[in-house]
Amino acid sequence: MLGRLTWDAIPFDQPIPLVTSAVVLIIIFSVLVLITVKGWVPYLWREWITSVDHKRIGVMYVLLGLVMLLRGFADAIMMRSQQALAIGDSQGYLPPDHYDQIFSAHGSIMIFFVAMPFVIGMMNFVVPLQLGVRDVAFPVLNSVSFWLTASGALLINVSLFIGNFARTGWMNYPPLSELAFSPDVGVDYYLWSLQISGVGTLMAGINMVTTILKLRAPGMIYFRMPVFCWTALASNMLIIAAFPVLTATFVMLLLDRYVGMHFFTNDGGGSAMMYVNLFWVWGHPEVYILVLPAFGIYSEVAATFSGKPLFGYRSMVLATLGICVLSFMVWLHHFFTMGAGADVNAFFGIMSMIIAVPTGVKVFNWLFTMFHGRVVFKPPILWMIGFMVTFVIGGMTGVLLAVPPVDFIVHNSTFLVAHFHNVIIGGVVFAIMAGYNYWFPKAFGFTLHEGLGKASFWCWFVGFYLAFMPLYMLGLMGMTRRLQHIPDPSWRPLLLVAELGAVVIFIGILCQIAQLVVSIRTRESRRDLTGDPWDGRTLEWATASPPPAYNFAVLPEVETIDAFWEMKQTGRRAAEPPYQDIEMPRNDPIGFITAFFAVVLGFAAIWHIWWIVILGFIAIVITALVFGWSENREQEISAEEVALMERARLDAGRTA
Amino acid sequence: MTTTTIIAEPGHGRLAHGRGADGPAPTRTVVAYGFWIFLLSDFVMFSGLFATYAVLSGHTAGGPTGRELFNLQNVFIETACLLFSSYTAGLGALSAERAEVGRFYIFSLFTFVLGAAFLFIEISEFAGMVAKGAGPSRSAFLSAFFTLVGMHGAHVTSGLLWFV
Repeated sequence: MLGRLTWDAIPFDQPIPLVTSAVVLIIIFSVLVLITVKGWVPYLWREWITSVDHKRIGVMYVLLGLVMLLRGFADAIMMRSQQALAIGDSQGYLPPDHYDQIFSAHGSIMIFFVAMPFVIGMMNFVVPLQLGVRDVAFPVLNSVSFWLTASGALLINVSLFIGNFARTGWMNYPPLSELAFSPDVGVDYYLWSLQISGVGTLMAGINMVTTILKLRAPGMIYFRMPVFCWTALASNMLIIAAFPVLTATFVMLLLDRYVGMHFFTNDGGGSAMMYVNLFWVWGHPEVYILVLPAFGIYSEVAATFSGKPLFGYRSMVLATLGICVLSFMVWLHHFFTMGAGADVNAFFGIMSMIIAVPTGVKVFNWLFTMFHGRVVFKPPILWMIGFMVTFVIGGMTGVLLAVPPVDFIVHNSTFLVAHFHNVIIGGVVFAIMAGYNYWFPKAFGFTLHEGLGKASFWCWFVGFYLAFMPLYMLGLMGMTRRLQHIPDPSWRPLLLVAELGAVVIFIGILCQIAQLVVSIRTRESRRDLTGDPWDGRTLEWATASPPPAYNFAVLPEVETIDAFWEMKQTGRRAAEPPYQDIEMPRNDPIGFITAFFAVVLGFAAIWHIWWIVILGFIAIVITALVFGWSENREQEISAEEVALMERARLDAGRTA
Repeated sequence: MTTTTIIAEPGHGRLAHGRGADGPAPTRTVVAYGFWIFLLSDFVMFSGLFATYAVLSGHTAGGPTGRELFNLQNVFIETACLLFSSYTAGLGALSAERAEVGRFYIFSLFTFVLGAAFLFIEISEFAGMVAKGAGPSRSAFLSAFFTLVGMHGAHVTSGLLWFV
């Protein structure tokens, strides 16, 4: 009746996960009670859960990323503490079984449920505004994408309380991830949550590419698009080209585990190395899926806060597209030690070094953008400068790792761990923080507290160096990654420094939370009535903060790059009456409903409860069919309403 | 609001018409475009499966090989069914565009029957192979074969259901 699910699945004998889940459950329960008692449910349902507005969905993506960042960071600081304690005779406080789950969950969560939602959320919020249009190409699909991502995140967190998570590392390599060596539900949690969220990501990619290629304001030819839109285009093209490979790979592993096929098994002619190849055919482009939009954010921030147009716009675009193509030609550098032979390794080593060239072009473009500019040191540009310093170091160690003989020495060591944290934190996370500080006033209509923002930056910046520079050294000293116990006591001082770094980053996160709370409490005094708090250059600043549901009362006419800057210079107004009726998509609960059934289906599949799997599948098909045949999906905002809203906004801007 | 002004690209003197200067495309174009991009992603997934099949096609683990299992006559009939079904589906789409309802239904019926015939042959082949002890869990080669062909069969099935 309930498949593999029994009371044994709840970890009564392990105090750490049990207490954590109890606390999490109590928090969730009290939040739900609060929402119900205060009567916020109808508001949340109407304005957020069923919303198909790209801005609302973008904000929800970012919120998901923030919450999951806390979960992923909790994993990180637990690992750092274990490694700082379990040296020599001491075994620390985490048994190997639990420690292995933590490092697997940390990697999976940080990539799939922190970095991806942040980046996709920013694109969702910003791209239609920058393109000067009213929404993405498929607004309802957008909602489905978000809720599927949230379902995946929910499933991966359920594994904390019911059952366990994979102990295989975030890449989930077979044969360890095969049924013979991981017979319990851990790997299944991994596969189903990533499969469900992967479908959401793929749909988001299709949506965004169609939006950028087919929906742009009049006059916005490709070479007038803001650089963030270019990088979003490149990133989403990579999603379309890479994510189906991941889906296919996970399907194969699921078939191995569920029906006894032999894709990656040790017996029956299976090839575990094929999994590694397929995984990184997705995995390397994934790195660029994350970092290209990050480069876009830095480009916008550099131009805005230097008061200058971006240096080398065309070279920036070409570098982006170059990276887009090259990213598919370097995957083998993740496993030089596989034994592919000197020729193959040499090819991929050289390609990996070549891909550093367009990235270098970008760094020089940002430097020349700031050169002779009047740089205003607000939090976003601090993150950007911190990024340039940090990312160049990470890039250098990357080029070192791209040399196969060097890679043979530091492969699988903490040198590698330090390298990829260096580029992902220094590249992607710093960009997310820059973008969060930069676009927050656009999303909510008030600016974030500057002092706390700067404090948070400095904590993250210093904490990052404290936490990861020791790992470079330890890696060169021979420390391998994922150690639950440290055999060599001479590594202790460096591990303590790394632990200190994690604590400093934690203070940075606390500063961010404080920044948000303080800013909300003092929002009346920090209102942005002009819609343009930073003296921006691109079209998102041409409308109100927060923008009305329709974004632009009249679609703006674009004549140059930096369209809004040109409008401010020439005094041309973005939205002139006469206003017309605007058709907007109606709210739709289909995303939430689909995601609900996806969670049910995934959970039942993990625990082999086949009758619920079948019911869940049928329910999803029926939901899709009902949506396919539904009509009247649009609502109209009349010209009079538009005129009223626009007048109110212009009056507010004038008094400000 | 629709703008029909043609904007010259600065510095080149060329007209930017048809390069996205006219504002957002109409919904019909956008939906068709999105569907093509979805097909592209499907294409990528199948190329992953094809690559897997290519790698594993020799990994028979002492079990039957493709030469022993595949019946080329059936393969020919299946291929013919699919090619003709594409042709009739194309004719159906043309008649739909000209709003010729009767023809559209006839061509759709042909397409459906050809697709169903393909599926019938495929499923009986699968059943025959499993009965001979050459099921998907026999060897890596057969795992790859059943997954690749089965995934295609699943696509044909959902196409048939869509007709219904």
